[in-house]
Amino acid sequence: MPRVLLIEDDPSIREGVGLGLRRRGHEVRAAETGEDGLALMTSFHPELVLLDLMLPGINGVQVCHRIRQTSEVPIIMLTARGDDFDIVIGLEAGADDYIVKPARTEVIEARIKAVLRRLSDPVGSRPGIESHGELVIDRAGLTVAKNGERVALAPSEIKLLLHLSASPEQVFSRQQLLEYVWDHSYHADARLVDACVRRLRHKIEDPARSPRYIQTVRGFGYRFGPL
Amino acid sequence: MRRIAPLGLRTRLIAAFLLVAAISAGTTAALTYQQARNAILKQTQDTAVSTLRDQVEQQEIRLPLEQQELQRIVIELGKRGKPHPWIIFGEYGGIRVSTNPGTPTSTVITDSLRDRVRNNQYAAFQRVEDQRGSPWLTIGVPALFEHNGYIESTGVVFYASVPLSTEKQTVEAMVEAAQQGAVPGLAIAIVPALLAARSVLRPVRDMRRAAQKLGRGRLDTRIEVRGADELAGLARTFNETARALEQSVRELQEAEVRARRFASDVSHELRTPLAGMLAVTEVLDEDAARLDADTAKALRLVSAETGKLAVLVEDLMEISRFDARAAELNLDDVDIAEAVRKTLERRHWDDARVVTDLPHGVRARLDPRRFDVVLANLVGNALRHGGAPVHVTVSTAAGADGERLLIDVADSGPGIAPEVLPHIFDRFFKADAARTRSAGSGLGLAITLENVRLHGGTLRAGNRPAGGALFTLDMPLEAHV
Repeated sequence: MPRVLLIEDDPSIREGVGLGLRRRGHEVRAAETGEDGLALMTSFHPELVLLDLMLPGINGVQVCHRIRQTSEVPIIMLTARGDDFDIVIGLEAGADDYIVKPARTEVIEARIKAVLRRLSDPVGSRPGIESHGELVIDRAGLTVAKNGERVALAPSEIKLLLHLSASPEQVFSRQQLLEYVWDHSYHADARLVDACVRRLRHKIEDPARSPRYIQTVRGFGYRFGPL
Repeated sequence: MRRIAPLGLRTRLIAAFLLVAAISAGTTAALTYQQARNAILKQTQDTAVSTLRDQVEQQEIRLPLEQQELQRIVIELGKRGKPHPWIIFGEYGGIRVSTNPGTPTSTVITDSLRDRVRNNQYAAFQRVEDQRGSPWLTIGVPALFEHNGYIESTGVVFYASVPLSTEKQTVEAMVEAAQQGAVPGLAIAIVPALLAARSVLRPVRDMRRAAQKLGRGRLDTRIEVRGADELAGLARTFNETARALEQSVRELQEAEVRARRFASDVSHELRTPLAGMLAVTEVLDEDAARLDADTAKALRLVSAETGKLAVLVEDLMEISRFDARAAELNLDDVDIAEAVRKTLERRHWDDARVVTDLPHGVRARLDPRRFDVVLANLVGNALRHGGAPVHVTVSTAAGADGERLLIDVADSGPGIAPEVLPHIFDRFFKADAARTRSAGSGLGLAITLENVRLHGGTLRAGNRPAGGALFTLDMPLEAHV
């Protein structure tokens, strides 16, 4: 069962969520502050991080940035702030998904599973190495290289890229992408898609030019190419 | 009939001012003219009458009188004309003589003057005009003699015609002077009229502008108070009113902000303990099966109530976001049929309980998450309070400002009671007093309505003729942020 690192300053949530997840067979380590959480990253090697946004000391967004500098571990934000602004800030920092508190363990676990389910994604099952312009996508190894250099992508980013590039030039609506990539069946939350596309473009597109690989189809959604 | 537009205050003020100036100037001029004219004429005629009488008295008249003698006296009198040279006529019986040898009788001496002189033995005078319009003063003096202590008429009457052309010129000059003085006088009067109008109108105009600003919500508007007259008093009253208004509005706003922040803070603070509780409710539920009946019952109750509390807090947060106008639309292009199907599917309502009529290919620009909340709430309410089957009908219609999306959600229940209908969208309104704790938070329809409004739409509640509640959603096919 996956190892989950929970960074949360409130003891009742830390213990409640920890208890719930442990009962469902997860190995959970909890940290009270961002600093403690970052320290645990190296010793515990979590497979997933549950991260509170409002933390004493360095806040959730900063923690998210720091984790992303060294690791592509999936990050889910736990936030009491359901306002659009806070969610978008967290997503831009590199989180793969978010959960608004309070949430049932059931929901938290479903999100964890969805984020971790990247390897068994059927569209990613086509084996082999594909080349699109300067991008080389290894579907088996789940790696992406641009101009021969490996690009570090978060799980949701690579999932989105694999899904889009599997059917070049086909337009996907945000809702479709949300369901395929995030497995969101409860919220039609297009902000996840938009934030992820922005982050992905930042990593793989040439900043001087308009988006080449991931193109916006106004009023409908996104497509990969044509190059 | 078209009414004539009323004149402006300024025009009326100036007109009144000029009218007063004209009347006073006119009256003064007329009175002065009359007095001066009378004085001039009176002096002339008094002098002339007394001179002629004196002269006539000095003449020795012996009766009977010959024409030559009368002519001599007339010429003698004619030399002493005062203040102007005059023409003397003498009449005695049938003899007519004058200083003017060609015309022994006068054209300007009237019969009425002759009658007055003959009958009264006194001097008489008359002002007349000749055929050419020149004014003349005509004087008649009878020559008298004393006989046995009685004054008796000799029958000789002397008349004098004094031309009044000099006086006429003087009076005409006066009239002209009055006329020439009045017009510039009136023109000059416009200046104080304008100044007066300005001094009255400026505060009025200031006040109008201030009232307009106040009406537009600029509650800090004040008027500069000048002087200590009635207008200044009005300005002061206006300022005091504006200040009082601003004060009470500010207090109300502060109270509202406090209340809103309190609701938001309370909900927010509730989330943290709830997050911990909600995470472990499943543990409680699972373990309840292995515990004794009472403990199990208690645990399940706590678990269920925690769930309800979480929904309530979530709804409270949402409502306070609407109240703080922090709710935003995240618009996306959506296939309506698809969106409705998804909403029903997610909540496992895609069985026979919900019957849909979805036209193919209707696309709308809306916030999918909010649309999902709206539809789920309407269908959920219909199932909970009404009864299956619930009919969901989607259609479009042309509206005043573009295509509109119409969604009807009708249930097969007893319908909504008439007394409930006006309050159905109120917060925490309980339709049935006995059912005070329904599964919902009591905020569902209020949130639904706010979400629809955010899209620029309306939501109506009613009953179908055949029975059953009917909610009609009407919103633009293309919502604008």
